Amino acid sequence: MLEFILERANYWAIIGLMMIGLYITFASGNLIKRLVGLSLFQTSVCLFYVTLGKVAGGTAPILYGEDAVEHGAEAAHHATGVAGGHALGNASAPVELVHTYSNVLPHVLMLTAIVVGVATLSVGLALIVRIREAYGSIESDEVREIDLETALAQEAEIDQWLNEAGA
Amino acid sequence: MIEMLLSSVPHWALTHAAPLLVMVPLMLAPLLALVPSGRVAWLVSIAATATTLVFALILLGIVQSPESGGIVSYAMGNWLPPLGIELRVDALNAMILVLVGVIGLLATIMSYPTVLAEVRKEKTALFYSAFLACFAGLCGVAITGDAFNLFVFLEISSISTYVLVALGASRDRRALHAAFNYLIMGTIGATFFIIGVGFLYAATGTLNMADIASKLPALQGSRTVQAGFAFIVVGLGLKAAMWPLHQWLPNAYSYSPSFVTMFLSATATKVALYALIRFLFFVFSPTFAFEHAAFTALLMPLGIAAMVACSFQAVFQTDVRRVLAYSSVAQVGYMILGVSVGTAAGLSAGLFHLLNHAMIKGALFMAVAAVVLTYKGTNIRDFAGLGRSAPWTMTAFAIAGLSLIGVPLTAGFQSKLQLGYALFDNGWWWAVILVVFSSFLAVIYVGRILEAVFFQPPVNPRKTRKEAPIVLLVPLWILALANIYFGISTDIPLGLARDAAAAAFGLEAFR
Repeated sequence: MLEFILERANYWAIIGLMMIGLYITFASGNLIKRLVGLSLFQTSVCLFYVTLGKVAGGTAPILYGEDAVEHGAEAAHHATGVAGGHALGNASAPVELVHTYSNVLPHVLMLTAIVVGVATLSVGLALIVRIREAYGSIESDEVREIDLETALAQEAEIDQWLNEAGA
Repeated sequence: MIEMLLSSVPHWALTHAAPLLVMVPLMLAPLLALVPSGRVAWLVSIAATATTLVFALILLGIVQSPESGGIVSYAMGNWLPPLGIELRVDALNAMILVLVGVIGLLATIMSYPTVLAEVRKEKTALFYSAFLACFAGLCGVAITGDAFNLFVFLEISSISTYVLVALGASRDRRALHAAFNYLIMGTIGATFFIIGVGFLYAATGTLNMADIASKLPALQGSRTVQAGFAFIVVGLGLKAAMWPLHQWLPNAYSYSPSFVTMFLSATATKVALYALIRFLFFVFSPTFAFEHAAFTALLMPLGIAAMVACSFQAVFQTDVRRVLAYSSVAQVGYMILGVSVGTAAGLSAGLFHLLNHAMIKGALFMAVAAVVLTYKGTNIRDFAGLGRSAPWTMTAFAIAGLSLIGVPLTAGFQSKLQLGYALFDNGWWWAVILVVFSSFLAVIYVGRILEAVFFQPPVNPRKTRKEAPIVLLVPLWILALANIYFGISTDIPLGLARDAAAAAFGLEAFR
């Protein structure tokens, strides 16, 4: 049992980080903290993908030693498939490699995901700056209260109009 | 008409239509940020959306022609799938691409006067830049055959959508908070989606959707695949405003600039729904035991809850844009209900309603944009008496409103009819009753607006400006007349929806 848990230590860490991130996003009242939680959540997904790409005993996915000399550029195309341990749908058979490599593909995907995360974070921060200018607060409760007052005032105005129209 | 187009365009346009469709708006978006003049940006946007529409029609023509076998596959950078990124068009996404193209073009044409009125002048060009990025992202989601690429395009469109929504702040500062909440919810949805894709990658070792689909049948009962399914459904459900994950939508729609509301309501949730359908029917197949359970135990109740609960909420709103926003969630409920039947007839009814709803909400929000432009308000009170002072705008609004209710001879009636047939065939007669009930609620909330428009005296009779400018009226009436035309002759949209459903099931067309 203990072995079962310890073998998956990185997955537990990812789940933990993910839950912490989501909890901060939902529970915090401060808009900046909510963004921090969101970033944590996104980063934990990066860890998840990197964990998926790790092959037991595999090294960093850069061809070296015999692999680099013998196969060169062509081998690079097939490295992901071999390292991942999956048969490819391609017609050509995977080239045999001497060393074991981790799967590169999840790492590359996460580069894109990091860029997306940074873009989201920066748009979010820009929005917070504007919210602070417009409301003078970055606590979502206070902002919501101000919004509610505006909405109630509008409602009252319309109710009054409806009554007059009815009468 | 499409045959003529196919025979008249040069060869390179036929072979490279798929990448060009996305590349043109995507490349023009950053260039527009450098353009100082809003008018130039507007004209370039019209050109970009029109180009995209032409490429979408070309792709539709190729998909429909018998020699293509119904599929256009394009290997990006000549890296063959499943390793490289594949752009893959079949009848299902060809339909969505044409929809996004048509709505995008009409929306862009009508946008200029409303954008000038609602967005600060020095930001007009930047506004169009963000719009084109959003447009390119939506096209990309619809065209890609790669699961991770779909996530990237989803985020390109979403991030620019947050910006567009926030630009409503110059009219109402609540747009900022709405955009922030949308950002949080949208990002959580997208992140759930990539977690799901990660699970599928772990199980199948591939990211190409067609390739995943071919490897999944061997993995019946795999816990990893089931977890991936759950994450993907929740993530895309959030983006598609599936009840109860729709909380971001009413605020985002009611405070953003009216052009943005119009464009988003007709395309953004539709494209997310397309992605959901793509995964439900094409990547996973409905023969999976867990998926069938998900249809009847999850999607069907949620669809029904959406169309009843949100129709009720729409009845009690005083802001016309909020009425229409809640109604949008309810209409997504109809589509989800059609999808959850799990048959080709149900899916084609759902897709048919998706097309019609895009036309209906496009026309309604365009009319609202016209009212905002001339009268500056979106409360029901601001609509009082407009039937007399702006008859053209309001007649189009009324036509689309009747179509939303589902009055015979309008497009909305035809798709609800198809939905009813599909539900009856499946023995869900009680669901038909609920559809009719929720249509009655639509009578109430649309009726309230129409009553104010046509039967109440105007609040401020001194407001003299009458009609919206002609660039607004023409696209509005194109959509309104389309609602009537497709309500009488259903061949084109129903044919598209049926082909699309057949493609989603991988069937040979079942007409």
